[in-house]
Amino acid sequence: MPDPLIRMRGITKRFPGVIALDGVDFTLQPGEVHALMGENGAGKSTLVKVLTGAEAFEEGKIFLGGSDTPIVNHSPQEAQTRGISTVYQEVNLCPNLSVAENLFVGRQPRRLAFVRWGEIRRRARSIMADIGVGIDVEKPLESYSIAVQQMVAIGRAIDMAAQVLILDEPTSSLNESEVRTLFELVRRLKGQGLGIVFITHFLEQVYEVCDRITVLRNGRLAGEYAIETLPRKDLVAAMLGRAFDDLAEIRVAGAAPTATTVPTVSARGLGVHGGVKPFDLNIYPGEVYGLAGLLGSGRTEVARAVYGADSHDTGTLAVKGKPIACSPRDSLKAGLAFCPESRKDEGCVAELTVRENIVLAEQTKRGAFRLIPRDEQEAIAGKYADLLQIKTASLETPIKQLSGGNQQKVILARWLATQPDFLILDEPTRGIDIGTKTEIQKLCVQLAAAGMSVLFISSEIDEMLRTCGRIGVMRDLAKVGELSGDELSSSAVMAQIAGGRHDEA
Amino acid sequence: MMRASKPWQGLKANFYGNNFLVLITVVLFIAIYVAGVFIYRDKNFGSLNSFFDMLNSNPGLIIIAAGMTMVLISGGIDISVGSQVAMYCMMFAYFMENRQANAYAMILIVLVTGVVFGLVQGALVAYLNIQPFIVTLAGMFFARGMTAMISPQTIDITNADFMALALRRIQVPFGGYVNAAGVYQTPFVYLSVVLALVGLLAVYAVMTWTRFGRNVYAVGGGEQSARLMGVDTKRTKLAVYTFNGFLTAFGGFLFCLFSTGGAVEKAQGFEMQAIASAVIGGALLTGGVGNVIGSFFGVLVQTTIVKFINFNGTLANGWSNIVLAVIMSFFIILQSVFAYVRRRRE
Repeated sequence: MPDPLIRMRGITKRFPGVIALDGVDFTLQPGEVHALMGENGAGKSTLVKVLTGAEAFEEGKIFLGGSDTPIVNHSPQEAQTRGISTVYQEVNLCPNLSVAENLFVGRQPRRLAFVRWGEIRRRARSIMADIGVGIDVEKPLESYSIAVQQMVAIGRAIDMAAQVLILDEPTSSLNESEVRTLFELVRRLKGQGLGIVFITHFLEQVYEVCDRITVLRNGRLAGEYAIETLPRKDLVAAMLGRAFDDLAEIRVAGAAPTATTVPTVSARGLGVHGGVKPFDLNIYPGEVYGLAGLLGSGRTEVARAVYGADSHDTGTLAVKGKPIACSPRDSLKAGLAFCPESRKDEGCVAELTVRENIVLAEQTKRGAFRLIPRDEQEAIAGKYADLLQIKTASLETPIKQLSGGNQQKVILARWLATQPDFLILDEPTRGIDIGTKTEIQKLCVQLAAAGMSVLFISSEIDEMLRTCGRIGVMRDLAKVGELSGDELSSSAVMAQIAGGRHDEA
Repeated sequence: MMRASKPWQGLKANFYGNNFLVLITVVLFIAIYVAGVFIYRDKNFGSLNSFFDMLNSNPGLIIIAAGMTMVLISGGIDISVGSQVAMYCMMFAYFMENRQANAYAMILIVLVTGVVFGLVQGALVAYLNIQPFIVTLAGMFFARGMTAMISPQTIDITNADFMALALRRIQVPFGGYVNAAGVYQTPFVYLSVVLALVGLLAVYAVMTWTRFGRNVYAVGGGEQSARLMGVDTKRTKLAVYTFNGFLTAFGGFLFCLFSTGGAVEKAQGFEMQAIASAVIGGALLTGGVGNVIGSFFGVLVQTTIVKFINFNGTLANGWSNIVLAVIMSFFIILQSVFAYVRRRRE
């Protein structure tokens, strides 16, 4: 057996307050495609950054080839001189420069001080021909699709004498045929003895192209497997960190809606070009509808498309039976409310007070020129602060002084204040304590009981099973299933998330 | 044979894509100019003398617009250049007239001052990550203030060496005309124009054929990307502002050869003329796109408009600014249309 290309042993990396990597081992053999899997925050990116020198690490050793002398890369450039090249998720090339020039930025062949354009073009043509992309290398990069740009990035990485090619979610912007072209190339490079590290959220792709899988979970090594020995179900279980059956199954008694009920929100074939694939979705009054799936599977994208935050390219959307134009403003007026995932970036206005944050959406709904009177503002804010038991010194306290859980409640209050018929909650309980979590879950059920429709997105299947009457399952940017009533169990949801043919499961 | 054709291939590659805008500028210039030749055919608009006049009155702007284009390509901006020009003119005037300094020594001192000025601005932009607009805004106030500190008076230059340089003509033995008094007018350019054009070509060569020049395009196209591809982005930015400082001093010298004097209020709004030339010449303020040859045609378009208004004789001077505004708007809209068409194609 040949020496491994890379051995990482006991890698530990701490960020203030968290251990990002805790004694992780990783081994890359020549001629293999090695998937690095894990939920967000599992440490995949950090491990790659440690390897490429983009991040320093505290403990552990990295060995190259058969050598017993540990190495440390201090910068991506240094890693590159050791034959380790990285292709990032976003294309890190210059769109304004020609394809040929992009392949040689920072390393142009020169005679005396002068760049040899003829040489650059000649070598660029041969690089692109080598990876099977026949394009005019003199045109600017931006005149080509993202897929071709990604191929140019790969061409550059390979040409820099890479022994190891790291592909960090290279397929998230590619369509299916483009992915196929990339995979052909990956297989060819594998045949030439390169070691390829492949990071992706898409399970299908892992099984299509990879030989081995290393799974990380919460900064620890969850296991290294040969692909044949790890069915999808077990991979998902390894990523999420529990077996299928050891969860207490808590059901919600929820009557399935009858066919005659008008859905609060009804989407038909709604899809976003390059985003979520066309899906149908009906959500009825008085129900909490859950969306399950791994991160990046398209849960948030569905919510954004329904709310009009992303304009859809296919399909129709109706609210209470009436078609609706697609913009957040129209959605707000139609009684939709969207409580986004990242409360820091998209939710809180940190400098404003609790009261101002709560009335923000209602004010928007009424229009900027009809200022809500101060006493009414206080009444609204006070009512929801009581209802949600927001712990704050006063309504005039800046929201940045509140704890994460209470900030989340303020955002929730903001949307409840608009008295919506349909409320989208994207990861409403992430990063807050268990008590507040339970309160928010209870509130969802109460709101639904009062006739509201709630779309509930969460990574925690337990939580969804507790609160949701029906659960839609997302995988690889497509809605792949819907479970209700007796079908609702954590193993059923997980099996749907994992997908694949039944004989594989 | 192959070897000889290589530079031209480089030139060709450079005219792809966004540099199409440069071509439009050239066409626009020719169109305006030919129109002028027809409209004012009785006034020698089309004579070589008249064309050379446009160059003779703008050697400083040609160089400074080229430097500005480079800064814009890098994704930055330098609004201190007008004040710097005023300061350099005042340095020449004050030290040569009131302190009897040697003209050649002064040229050297001014050029070194420019390099230092650019180096400081560049260091602030590149290493302290301050917005270039703010840094050069400070530079603008500083240079204008320094001009007044050197001398609040208007000083005319009479230094013999300097005036010899300023008045040195290079005559062209063809293309002249016979004026109303029946005297043949030989077309000529000043030495300063020759220096400006040589400087322009040098900047073009640096931008096209050196790694530094290509790095400037890369940094402007995507700083993060450029860094990941191994470009030292901070050093590149430092070099951009330093080189621009040198070009501003050189342009200031050429400007002074034409205006032969120093005054606090000299070269007001010069930076805006330079930016306008660069934009008309196809540079984008967002960086990554531009061509110094284009900025030269930007200068020509602007001066042709002024010439148009002057030749008419009855139009108020305000018209030249209004027409300039229209032409710039035309270019910005054109750029947006191109960007839109490209997005649609994808």
